[in-house]
Amino acid sequence: MTTLRLRDLAEKPSGLACGHGLCAGCAEPVAVRQILTALEHPAVASVATGCFEVATTHYPTTAWNIPVVHSAFENAATTTTGMEAAHKALVRKGKLPPHPITFLAFGGDGASYDIGFQWLSGALERGHRFIYVCLNNEAYMNTGIQRSGATIKGTSTTTTPVGQAVPGKVAWRKDLTAIVAAHRIPYVAQAAAHNWRDLATKVRKAEACGGPAFLNVLVPCPRGWRYDSAHTMQISRLAVETGLWPLYEVENGVYRLNVRPRELKPVTEWIQSQRRFAHLLRKGNEEVVSDIQANVDREWRELLQRCGIADEKPVEAAANG
Amino acid sequence: MVAKDKKRAAASQSLAINGAEAVAYAMRQAEPDVVAAYPITPQTLIIEKFSEYVADGLVRTEFVEVESEHAAMSACIGAAVAGGRAATATAGPGLALMFEMLSVASGMRLPVVLHLATRAFSAPLSILCDHSDLMAMREQGWIIMCGANPQEAYDQAVLAHRIAEHPDVMLPFTNALDGFGVTHVVERVDVLPDDAVREFVGEYQPEHYALKPGVTQTFGAWAHRDYYFELRAQTAEAFRNALPVSEQALAEFREISGRRLSILEPYRLEDAELALVFLGSADGAVKAAVDAARDEGVRAGALRVRLYRPFPVRAVAEALSGVEAVGTLDRALAIGSPGNGLFLDVAASIATRRGRPAMKSFVYGLGGRDPAKEHFDAAIEQLADPERREGVPGMTAYLGLRDGGNE
Amino acid sequence: MSTRRGDEGYRELPIGGVVLDPGSTRHNLTGSWRSEHPVIDLEECVHCLICWELCPDNCLVVVNGKLASVDLDYCKGCGICAMECPRKCIEMVPDLPIEESA
Repeated sequence: MTTLRLRDLAEKPSGLACGHGLCAGCAEPVAVRQILTALEHPAVASVATGCFEVATTHYPTTAWNIPVVHSAFENAATTTTGMEAAHKALVRKGKLPPHPITFLAFGGDGASYDIGFQWLSGALERGHRFIYVCLNNEAYMNTGIQRSGATIKGTSTTTTPVGQAVPGKVAWRKDLTAIVAAHRIPYVAQAAAHNWRDLATKVRKAEACGGPAFLNVLVPCPRGWRYDSAHTMQISRLAVETGLWPLYEVENGVYRLNVRPRELKPVTEWIQSQRRFAHLLRKGNEEVVSDIQANVDREWRELLQRCGIADEKPVEAAANG
Repeated sequence: MVAKDKKRAAASQSLAINGAEAVAYAMRQAEPDVVAAYPITPQTLIIEKFSEYVADGLVRTEFVEVESEHAAMSACIGAAVAGGRAATATAGPGLALMFEMLSVASGMRLPVVLHLATRAFSAPLSILCDHSDLMAMREQGWIIMCGANPQEAYDQAVLAHRIAEHPDVMLPFTNALDGFGVTHVVERVDVLPDDAVREFVGEYQPEHYALKPGVTQTFGAWAHRDYYFELRAQTAEAFRNALPVSEQALAEFREISGRRLSILEPYRLEDAELALVFLGSADGAVKAAVDAARDEGVRAGALRVRLYRPFPVRAVAEALSGVEAVGTLDRALAIGSPGNGLFLDVAASIATRRGRPAMKSFVYGLGGRDPAKEHFDAAIEQLADPERREGVPGMTAYLGLRDGGNE
Repeated sequence: MSTRRGDEGYRELPIGGVVLDPGSTRHNLTGSWRSEHPVIDLEECVHCLICWELCPDNCLVVVNGKLASVDLDYCKGCGICAMECPRKCIEMVPDLPIEESA
């Protein structure tokens, strides 16, 4: 087993080639490359329609160095389960060698939270052995930054624009990670692009869990979130530090918080870091900001309770939280 | 496998089973690697029966009980692109739900097999038979064969993978059997021995597949305006191969079964003056009407189309070459269209013929209304009448519709 | 097929739109996108490889566990490496000299 040392990981051939079309500073290829590098076994993946698929599979080229299939937008989970089922049958019939293959499915938050929700849920319930990775940039980015079920209240998107009457998205957001955890699959986790060690550890656990696994990975988007591309990892870090995107895992039903900031930074720092929230800094939108804070606080309290550490004092924050 | 089943599997035999069970029986023999399906009346008996084979360990198939029809086709596509033989079944609204994925299967050149229990589309809701689902899918690059009875449902289920997986074809295949009219009708079905089917169907051996050892490929890439057209045209051209490959497969099927199935099934057409053209299980009623007309001295004939897509243009034109009046019998309404489905197919096939026959577009049997001999007596009567044999473009002549006495 | 010729006839293409050459985007030199690129002070560099890990385009070239160079064929100049380097030994430098306006 390769250790989780960057020096060793850097020796492995990359699952993703250079020359793909993702924007400068996009966190998606960082996450995908990290995931593919962390895996122990050969991988076969499906990818849903979205930024990542479009930027990596422009006929007749491909950025993928592993076998990958795109069939449609909503069904990455199901396409992969078809492949996983075929693998089982073909091995059973002796038509393929019984070497382990890690099956993956990649989808954006659009594909996972919304249009592909049913497909994801069905695949998890049936217990197929695969890892579903949600590349969450909090909106339908590929079609032009429209709101998704992962977009938080108050965000300016192209279908929830800020106007005279309405200051951005009205609804809070869906907690897909909790919904997936309710399927009682062996491994569920939230991760973020900046914390490579946390993500790689989670990938390894997902691969080894023996059943369906789900990774919800925050991947900031310079274009859609409107910040300078160099800040992608800082913003990813800030999401964890403000409680917007806690890093936690649910292993066989047991919740564990992986990174606990000593004290959560106020959401105003999150809001100030990206121009998709710029309108919230104006007079008259204070209630939206406090509502966002209240929702973050509520989710954080509930998470701490699930982790069984609601009454504990946090230890010194990890260096790369 | 218990002794009784072993014995059954070794020999050709006659079973009293319905169309659904007949299809399931053939599926067991063809042994797909993956069957992913969602129940919907009147297809449910097919997958329930197949799941019994799975539960008894009679097949090595991975049976995936998906959560919707779209998921069924998605999983079949995943299975086929991975290198597995894949099959599913659906009907009516279920086909409508998986519609997005139909052209994905053909565009990716995956020989997925669909057993379609033909059923009406909503609204209004109906679980009963008509061909609206069949008609809706006919342009999606799927080979379509229509059977008239449980025996043909079985035979076509055996032929399905053989034709679809042929290296010159590599296209998805629909085995259409009429909902209730075939699925739920018990008839004598002569089934082939397991090893005969296994040998006839062969192994699925695609050149490119995602689980191919030592190879890394990307499937389902998106194409810009510089390549999409070419990739589509390539699929359309390969589709034409399905005609000779089907004819060859039918000829070889004849050898192993003794049953003569053809891409077209003419009935008393050689010297016919007028002809009814149709698909599926109205067969018995149509033939009864033709016979009755003949008894009256009317030179009626019928042409049942078995291979519906690719439409056998030349063969149909030839079969109808001596006929003076053609009535197409559609079991689906192409609302707002200049002609209903089969009407347009036949009209286009004979369009360049000099001296075209009179043509009339009939529609019968929507929403499960049983095709009755009387309906087709009325059609023949109209075709025999020089004043009434020519239809009006865009107008449908209904058979068996209560119209309150108005024309 | 590893490059976009765009002139193949429809019969020449592999069936089903399959792409046979993995990693064929390597022919797409995305370095043309950028307006600035990283310059690394390899003296100060401790080869922690965090820049390699966090680069969206896999442009930090690692040889024998040590950072060696930047692949300017593909670097889009996003600036993540410079921002994240714990030793601050990466500087983003404009590709073209900025001319003073008259």
